[in-house]
Amino acid sequence: MRYLPLTGADRSAMLAAIGADSVAALFRDVPRAAALDGLLELPRAMGEIEVERALERLAAKNLPASTAPSFLGCGVYRHHVPAAVDHLIQRGEFLTSYTPYQPEVSQGTLQSMFEFQTQVALITGMEVANASMYDGATACAEAVMMANRLTRRRRAILAGDLHPHYRETTETYARFGGFEIVAREPDPAAADDLAALVDDGTSCVVVQNPGCFGEVRDFSALAAACHRAGALLVVVVTETVSLGLVKPPGEMGADIVAGEGQSLGNALAFGGPHLGLFAAREKFVRQMPGRLVGATVDAAGRRGFVLTLATREQHIRREKATSNICTNSGLCALAFTIHLALLGEVGFARLARLNHAQAVRLADRLTALPGVSVLTDRFFNEFTLRLGRPAAPVVEALAQRGVLAGVPASRLWPGRPELADLLILAATETNTEEDMTALAEGLREVLG
Amino acid sequence: MSAVKYTRDHEWIRVEGDVAVIGITDYAQTQLGDVVYVELPELGRRVAQGKEAAVVESVKAASEVYAPISGEVIAVNDALSGEPGKVNADPMGEGWFLKLRIADPKELDALMDEKAYAAFVEGLH
Amino acid sequence: MSEWSKALSGFAPDAAAEQTLSGNYGLQLEDPLLFEQDAPGRTGVDLPEPAAADRLGALRREGAIGLPGLSEPQVVRHFMRASQKNYGIDMGLYPLGSCTMKHNPRLNEKLARLPGFADIHPLQPQSTVQGALELIDVLAGWLKALTGMPAIAMSPAAGAHGELCGMMCIAAALEARGEQRRRVLVPESAHGTNPATAATCGLGVDAIPANERGRIDLAALKAKLGPDVAAIMLTNPNTCGLFEDEILAIAEAVHAAGAYVYCDGANFNALIGRVRPGDLGIDAMHLNLHKTFSTPHGGGGPGSGPVVLAASLAGFAPLPWLVHDQSGFRLIEQAEGPPAQTIGRLKGNHGQMGMFVRALAYIMSHGADGLRQLSGDAVLNANYLLARLGDALTASYPGPCMHEVLFDDRFLRDTGVTTLDFAKALTDEGFHPMTMYFPLVVHGALLMEPTESESRASLDRFIEVVLGLVARAKTGDGAAFHAAPRFTPRRRLDETAAARKPVLRWRKAPAAAV
Repeated sequence: MRYLPLTGADRSAMLAAIGADSVAALFRDVPRAAALDGLLELPRAMGEIEVERALERLAAKNLPASTAPSFLGCGVYRHHVPAAVDHLIQRGEFLTSYTPYQPEVSQGTLQSMFEFQTQVALITGMEVANASMYDGATACAEAVMMANRLTRRRRAILAGDLHPHYRETTETYARFGGFEIVAREPDPAAADDLAALVDDGTSCVVVQNPGCFGEVRDFSALAAACHRAGALLVVVVTETVSLGLVKPPGEMGADIVAGEGQSLGNALAFGGPHLGLFAAREKFVRQMPGRLVGATVDAAGRRGFVLTLATREQHIRREKATSNICTNSGLCALAFTIHLALLGEVGFARLARLNHAQAVRLADRLTALPGVSVLTDRFFNEFTLRLGRPAAPVVEALAQRGVLAGVPASRLWPGRPELADLLILAATETNTEEDMTALAEGLREVLG
Repeated sequence: MSAVKYTRDHEWIRVEGDVAVIGITDYAQTQLGDVVYVELPELGRRVAQGKEAAVVESVKAASEVYAPISGEVIAVNDALSGEPGKVNADPMGEGWFLKLRIADPKELDALMDEKAYAAFVEGLH
Repeated sequence: MSEWSKALSGFAPDAAAEQTLSGNYGLQLEDPLLFEQDAPGRTGVDLPEPAAADRLGALRREGAIGLPGLSEPQVVRHFMRASQKNYGIDMGLYPLGSCTMKHNPRLNEKLARLPGFADIHPLQPQSTVQGALELIDVLAGWLKALTGMPAIAMSPAAGAHGELCGMMCIAAALEARGEQRRRVLVPESAHGTNPATAATCGLGVDAIPANERGRIDLAALKAKLGPDVAAIMLTNPNTCGLFEDEILAIAEAVHAAGAYVYCDGANFNALIGRVRPGDLGIDAMHLNLHKTFSTPHGGGGPGSGPVVLAASLAGFAPLPWLVHDQSGFRLIEQAEGPPAQTIGRLKGNHGQMGMFVRALAYIMSHGADGLRQLSGDAVLNANYLLARLGDALTASYPGPCMHEVLFDDRFLRDTGVTTLDFAKALTDEGFHPMTMYFPLVVHGALLMEPTESESRASLDRFIEVVLGLVARAKTGDGAAFHAAPRFTPRRRLDETAAARKPVLRWRKAPAAAV
């Protein structure tokens, strides 16, 4: 077996050194009744070429965005990732290293995390950020739990256009963690007056910007209302690229930002692994979940980086930790950092303008179709269309024509007839004019 | 200066009239290593004997500091937020944690005096 | 843990440290932070400037973000230089106990990047992702077969997330039984995630002691069982590297008390193909695909933590569920009709697809025969370390051990050398240290897990160095150990200063620039 270096002679010599008759003898503590004597009835080892063939066959059964115009978003966005990103994250020293508990031999990871934390703080307009969470949805749940600890309250209000995966994840954590969720009805028009719901039992209000239907809003007044009532404002951002153009949460008065960072450096990957972003005000840092990297000096007086404030974490604080998270999304964070480093100030802002322009162009083209209207007043690179008929079969019909049209709202909010004819579409820099034509023409035919 | 008493959790307590000053012992700070953070209670909180009153943290450890006796928190050592190293440098002096208004002086009786505590620490080795 | 803090305390700068003019040392090249290489207007990505468009109204960002401008060669060089300050399993032995730092095959990376897996959206029509769903189903089948468990939840993102999933299923099952059980028994040697997970589920933690053989004390466990106990969270093999040989009796006692057995599957590498947790009375267990099944650790993630479940817990599995019928594979993303017992959703989308591809490639490469061989080799390698090092280092428990071996610091008594010093000296010798100060049940723990990826020659080189260092420690040269490491990209770092005055991001102000 190509991954196993020991030879039969090695094994014999090592057993002799141990003083054991056989490898099986080393398993003597396993109860006889439970020990497997032979091999399980499962396939046997395969060479690289066979494994490659088998998995390529499975990959070929899918319709990737590289072969079909794709306009899906809703928390996962297809952006162009520069070739240098994948080259660098596949460096063995990054790819095959553990969590940097030994700082002297982990400065590459630690320095990159420090840069990641800085980048996340800058683009969200917040003071500090951690070294990542699993994904945006779990970051959202953790943000609510952090707000509960900070306010010593146990009720969170979730906006109606919070991504349903985020809402459902937070509700699961709440059910077992023993706190209360007030989830508002989905509202493409974003007319819900959340400030009116905030009272002295509210730990936080969670809003998403842009919302799951694409609407971009200013939450400054809501932040002020939260703060007057002693509650916190949590802002969720599922499309990181929007932060290159849209007023950032920090400038609206957000206390915690929970985000999804997949858009930078990371593939769609059928939904994972992705990258949870988590940023907050500095005064809240001791209640933050997850790892934090800090700067310090080494014995020779050189700048270096270490994991710090670890007494918040499970490996030290155990049942009193701020979270049970251990493994995070380190390599996805590295990809994010490299991509954003390549973009820089100029590139990031231009990428955001480009996305916005693409979406505006797409919206204009699609609303020219009879019976189709845009529900979203202000949007970044994603908007919601009303088709005048159920969206899911339309999307299915377009997929049959090789166009991945968008996300029908019924996929995320099933069982809500009032949303059934809504289609949520995103456009990014990866979409061409031909893609938009294919979608527009396809939609015209299907809606016929 | 009045007598200092000690607990088995390595807190010290010094009585000044109806007020008790509380900190952790030299032995405790040695065992902890460099103190990096001290979490102190809010003023006015009533703590019960043996219950958590503060948390002291080193780089890789966090330890609860228990109230040696019951009482109301009337002062905390704010200087520790900027200079937690005072706990290492001067645990019985500038490294004090908090002051309690004593609820029941009789609770003091069960605590160890200096000699008993020294013997207790000796016994830990 | 305070042993660890104590060993880190009293950071002392080395005034005599040798300095080069450049700050570089041979092939170790320094590079300023990204933010210190900024030239306004410069970028490493060429994009067209779009036509003016505005549907944002007054919600545009005003003012600069503060991101630095670098060209592609600068960025490549920056991260290349950074990478060379890291140790990785690609470079050498990485014997971190409980972390299973095994070889990460590059075939897995190649396959995970196939557009058919990497370039598909989680919300595109399910008719267009049948191959992806089939892959998840095939992997799920392997994992169920290898663990002997009837059901699996694929979505958890990492080990601790899997623990949360399993414990939530247990809490939901108890709730469905109408029982109020709020206490979870956790051995003292457990990973910190176990008690933290129980607390996240709103459950209280009660520690159970180990016996003198390093295993769960069955009598103490039985004494703690009662009508308020929800579950035990154990690890098998445990974090002392020992198989819980009374596991059947433990499970029986726990079940008799109406509670569940959760197993932390971090150490499944020792058992794969040799014993199935389903045959040990386990009700729920997560699998760390990033440990046992070779998906790369990536400097701390991402991971993947599928949870296998007993029939009694299967109905509580989180959404989405994957089903296979005449029409093909289908995801159930919402609870469909009563009685829907699912705990609900645990994360966005369907799970760590990129990790699933890698893990399946790894499993198919080994097959049933290779998997059984690998657990045998992993255990053989650990026992070889125990046999060769057992006299010089103080083994905490007699062998045989499983896939990892635990030593404590008795061998360093009166040398003035701490476990930390010893680990740092190993770093100078070109090895990644073992896990230190964990588990908490022995003093100054050194936990070594060589994995099956190491050749005998590699282990022999490591053993020689460890024996040499033990001899050196006993000569009383404590100062040399305190000064270690000296040849790594950084010497010891001032962790006390980092925690007292946290600098968690770069700032332009000179006061914050370290």
